Amino acid sequence: MATIQLKDIWHSYDIEEGKTENPQYAVEDINVTYENGSAVALLGPSGCGKTTLLKIISGLTTPTKGQVLFDGKDVTELSAKERHIAQVFQFPVVYDSMNVYGNIAFPLANDGVDSATIRKRVYEVAEIMEISSLLKVPAGKLNPADKQKVSLGRGIVRPNTAAVLLDEPLTVIDPKAQWGLRRKLKQVQKELNFTMIYVTHDQHEALTFAEEVTVMQVGKIDQTGTPKDLHEDPQSTFIGYFIGSPGMNMMECSVDESGTVKFNGTSFNISKKRASSLLEHGDEFTFGIRPEYIKFGLEKSKNAVSGVVKLVEDTGAYKIVTTTLDTLDVKSRAPETMEVNEGDVAWLSFPEEEVKFYKDGKKVI
Amino acid sequence: MKYDNRAWLFLVPALAVMALSAFIPLMTVVNYSLHYIFSGSIPEFVGFANFVQVMRDPAFQGALGRQLLFSISILAVEIPLGIAIALSMPKKGIGVAISLVLLGIPLLIPYNVVGIVWRLFSQSDIGLIAEVLSWVGYEYNVSLDPVDAPVTLFLLDVWHWTPLVALLSYAGYLAIPDAFYRAAEIDGASRWKVFRYVILPKLRPVLVLGFLLRFMDSFKIYAEPLLLTGGGPGNTTTFMSLFVARKAQSYELGYAGASSLIYLFIVIVMSYVFFQLLNKLGSGESQKA
Repeated sequence: MATIQLKDIWHSYDIEEGKTENPQYAVEDINVTYENGSAVALLGPSGCGKTTLLKIISGLTTPTKGQVLFDGKDVTELSAKERHIAQVFQFPVVYDSMNVYGNIAFPLANDGVDSATIRKRVYEVAEIMEISSLLKVPAGKLNPADKQKVSLGRGIVRPNTAAVLLDEPLTVIDPKAQWGLRRKLKQVQKELNFTMIYVTHDQHEALTFAEEVTVMQVGKIDQTGTPKDLHEDPQSTFIGYFIGSPGMNMMECSVDESGTVKFNGTSFNISKKRASSLLEHGDEFTFGIRPEYIKFGLEKSKNAVSGVVKLVEDTGAYKIVTTTLDTLDVKSRAPETMEVNEGDVAWLSFPEEEVKFYKDGKKVI
Repeated sequence: MKYDNRAWLFLVPALAVMALSAFIPLMTVVNYSLHYIFSGSIPEFVGFANFVQVMRDPAFQGALGRQLLFSISILAVEIPLGIAIALSMPKKGIGVAISLVLLGIPLLIPYNVVGIVWRLFSQSDIGLIAEVLSWVGYEYNVSLDPVDAPVTLFLLDVWHWTPLVALLSYAGYLAIPDAFYRAAEIDGASRWKVFRYVILPKLRPVLVLGFLLRFMDSFKIYAEPLLLTGGGPGNTTTFMSLFVARKAQSYELGYAGASSLIYLFIVIVMSYVFFQLLNKLGSGESQKA
């Protein structure tokens, strides 16, 4: 087990292929530390560089610039095998020509471990992964969920495994089996105290698996934090919108000394103190508020703005209401019991502590 | 579930074609095989006497033996060679197109043309092969030497059909997802183990296909020996189909019928056995935990 540190990592596939003029960087300026034994997730949309970063950690790619440190030791030039990294891939990778036992034993056999030790270790791992009964089954005949278990088992069979990387491991698993496999992953991580890095574009998977989530956007890390941090205090408009379903409402606004926030032909008030510290950064901002924090009502109230209900989506537990304020759509939640119809006039108020201000996509206060 | 029997009507045209092209000729052969027929005489029913005669005939046994030796040798060379070519082919760039065209050429040439071209190559006076071998002092003669003739046919077949195995393997090889190599690298597998546990198992379906195609095709090789050597010298290149055809051409229809049925039976049984064996081989079922 190891603490994994990425220091000033840049990587360009162009440079790797020898094109040195105006190279495109797949990832840039990556600085992040994953503590020993932590469950972390790397979250971002497709093509944001997650997989590149994963390959850099596992040693399948050497970064153009920067250092990879395991427990403070520079491993940048070491191969995947020398780093003792295990990986579970998006599509289950098992050796079809071997049975489950052979698959789990494979890394140890390659390391030249004696067969008695292999046997003991394989049985231990099979026990943990709850696949003891499948040891004699040809690996090619397993269902995808069990293949992923074998794949993870093969990853953790080496006693000196430094970290386990999971590259969207639930993609091809049917929804029913996903739940069980996710529970298993989490349990293995907790019991064995492995450093596990879970890569996904699915925020739900990331937020439920990890204690700490790194969110990436086009090659850069946007924010690293606990699921709660990301939800309640997004550091950028991208995180605000990307995390949460639906994402944060974002609106262009201007602020003056009296604390009036004007947007889209209407306004609400914030404290003068906050307004004055905002004004240090200019007077044009984007403000964001999560749908669940907007106070939604059908009667006029103080410091509220009004609009017409455009769409009501009933999730069963609550309603997601889209209200049109002049030209702008704002999403908010309404209790399941509230009677709301499309075309109703609605009043929205924005509790000040839940309103975040952004400039150029980054949070101001 | 209720079935609509009218569906069978749609099969009638196909069945009619099948009957004319395969079933009726086959039954005619079966009919021949059970009779003693000689040109002009009235066929006489003899039961399985023809089959017994064929099985005991040293000429038939010789043709079958040569046929087996030929098919086994070309499989032993073409399959590994095809895999080796596929694995050493470029995976991207202009080299891919060049190698595909080069491999495709032998496959595009009709059998009889291949036979004629190689016949010219192997002429003992003006042929390319004889000329080249004469430089190292070997006197090559395809129409007189009992070793040169089958070896030349063997080389012809390897040249003609290894590209098929190579193309099949190449397609299978390209279809292996990158993750498998990355996993093997992480697991610390040696190059041999990557070949043995990643590439070979993934190529298995195409190799089974290639193996069966090459087995069945080589087992009925006809045009090449006919054109190149005419079955000689002696009968060193008289393989099964040539043997059967000769018997039919000499109006020994009962004997020819019986030997073709035995021939057909052998091809079917061996193909089935190979198919079963190859599908089990390396599927992880034969392993102990």
